[in-house]
Amino acid sequence: MKASNAKVGLVFVSHSAKIADGLVDLARQMAGSVVMIPAGGTDEAGIGTSFEKVSMAMAKADSGAGVVVLTDLGSAVLTADTALDFLDDVLQARVRIVDAPFVEGGVAAAVAAELGGDLAAVASAALAAGTSASSDAASAVSPTATATATGTAATTAGADTGSAEGATGHSVSRVVTLINRDGLHARPAAEFVKLASTFDTHVTVNGKDAKSLLGIMSLGLVRGMRAEIEASGEQAEHAVQALAELVESGFGEA
Amino acid sequence: MTLGAPWALEWVRRCAAVIAEHRVELMTLDRDIGDGDHGENLDRGFQAVLVKLDDAGGLATPADVLKLVATTLISTVGGAAGPLYGTAYLKAAAAVAGRETLDGEALVALLTAARDGIVLRGKAESGDKTMIDAWTPAVDAARTAQNEGRRPAAILAAAADAAEAGALATEPLVARKGRASYLGERARGHRDPGAHSTALLLRAAADTAAAA
Repeated sequence: MKASNAKVGLVFVSHSAKIADGLVDLARQMAGSVVMIPAGGTDEAGIGTSFEKVSMAMAKADSGAGVVVLTDLGSAVLTADTALDFLDDVLQARVRIVDAPFVEGGVAAAVAAELGGDLAAVASAALAAGTSASSDAASAVSPTATATATGTAATTAGADTGSAEGATGHSVSRVVTLINRDGLHARPAAEFVKLASTFDTHVTVNGKDAKSLLGIMSLGLVRGMRAEIEASGEQAEHAVQALAELVESGFGEA
Repeated sequence: MTLGAPWALEWVRRCAAVIAEHRVELMTLDRDIGDGDHGENLDRGFQAVLVKLDDAGGLATPADVLKLVATTLISTVGGAAGPLYGTAYLKAAAAVAGRETLDGEALVALLTAARDGIVLRGKAESGDKTMIDAWTPAVDAARTAQNEGRRPAAILAAAADAAEAGALATEPLVARKGRASYLGERARGHRDPGAHSTALLLRAAADTAAAA
């Protein structure tokens, strides 16, 4: 079955072709191999939604692993629901329309799909984006707060490549300084999350789940800031070291 | 006077004419509390229906006609009215599938299925300031008229009257669904455009049935 290797595809339904196309561009940065089909605007290129565009997009986005559909306002939802009703039973069974924030949910879904998540995982990544984006934004950490929060672990940290390794019980932590231009944002954040997801262990950055793209991005970690990477479990040491090295490598950015 | 495929065709043509006539009025209502495209979208949809009717053959039953309207509106309207009315006509078609002519009972079934389809699609409830506020009184009035043993044309007239009253009654409401729900209190004092177009479509049904 091709379904075993196929990735979940995405459809972005918007009233505006520019918005749908733009979201594909944005999400593409972090999910190079996911099939993402924009379905924006009416058949006459006006503002609205097109049953035909949405139906076609649902069919095109499916590689066997299913499709997650994100929508913007009112009629986008209605058109997507109607299009779903008209699909053949096989495809209908593997298309999920999620009520998630369009941009944040779209990006989160794209990353989850890129990481090989199944239909349920991609759909829940989109849905979770709603809550994490708003609540995490409020708790974004400033450089000072980060240093304070990391407490004793940070005290021995060097200026740029600072590392303070310490293990309390099964948990390992290390404080690193971000040296790359964008900090933990966009592409570097996605790379970081991808790497974190390869470890079968719980990893956090300043207390946020290192496997959640939006959690990481919402920390607002820019160049010069320090971040505490902490992990627990068997692979903790490996995970912290690999992630710290990735951050300290500067993600290949100047 | 029987209500068969010729009546259904006549009704749909009247719908197209009435929507074209009220296009600007519907756009104005929608501009006040929505995105302003209701009249234009619905007019485009029904004009497309007219073209399809001319091209189509074999429309032997009312259900055949309603189904053609459904698929055309869904694929051409481009706004919320497309999926909503499209689903309404689709469910209405299914409710009277296979019947050559429609009696009072069939008309009640048709209207009920249409309303239920819109609720299924749009998830609106009575009082949300949507087209449901015209549809539900219309369905209730039709059922009452049917229970009183009224003739088909009178059943549709009762439905149209109730839809018009229902549309009028959306004016003082605050919207809980659709674009107008973003406006909060500002939506008060404006009639819901979808409820208004519903009243127009049901009046077209009543008028054509009276003439049939």
